[in-house]
Amino acid sequence: MSAPDPRDELVTHLPAMRAFALSLTRNGATADDMVQDTVVKAWTNIDKFQAGTNMRAWLFTILRNTYYSSRRKAKREVADIDGIFTERLSVKPEHDGKLQMSDFKVAFEQLPDEQREALVLVGASGFSYEEAAEMCGVAIGTIKSRANRGRARLAELLDNNDDTAMELTDAATMAVVTDSGPVAR
Amino acid sequence: MSHSDDDNRQRFEAMIDDNLKRLYSDLVQEELPDRFKDLLSQLKDQDTSASSKK
Repeated sequence: MSAPDPRDELVTHLPAMRAFALSLTRNGATADDMVQDTVVKAWTNIDKFQAGTNMRAWLFTILRNTYYSSRRKAKREVADIDGIFTERLSVKPEHDGKLQMSDFKVAFEQLPDEQREALVLVGASGFSYEEAAEMCGVAIGTIKSRANRGRARLAELLDNNDDTAMELTDAATMAVVTDSGPVAR
Repeated sequence: MSHSDDDNRQRFEAMIDDNLKRLYSDLVQEELPDRFKDLLSQLKDQDTSASSKK
């Protein structure tokens, strides 16, 4: 009789929304508050969602708008320096010459918001450059250059001078990996 | 830029994207806090009581 309610679909996007929020805020409590705000906004504005379009893209757009407007309000409140990834996702290093995940997380969190966002959207969550550009309200070229600058900066931070530099198994790395709590700097 | 520099760069970028995907999928797989299930059922209840008043 009636068309399916798009609000029923919301729940399926929650884990992705939370992952996106965590990578933007680098703080678990802030991320969850942001997801909550986004869910309420989406629920009450569901008539603005165009059926048949990508709901995840729509939700991510609301979420990032929420983030950037709160960031403006907070006047660049200092982010959790130890970072959510370091705290939550301590992984053992793989001794196969690949980038160490903990080093990668630390480096990733140092990128500017716009570069992290571009990399998460196109590098990790599988949006096209075109979709990401639309979500961020910028040109496709802007997203491409943000992603490329982000990758270049990561390369710099991870000291990619030669192949051996990728094997980052110094004491600091081991400390990050073995210590499940925040790391004192 | 030499050919092998290009190769290195490409390999490195592929590695970065692999790491990004791992980082992100770890976050996606985290268990969802109960507050979100509660929130959704709250929103549903509000709608139900609002429409039954009409």
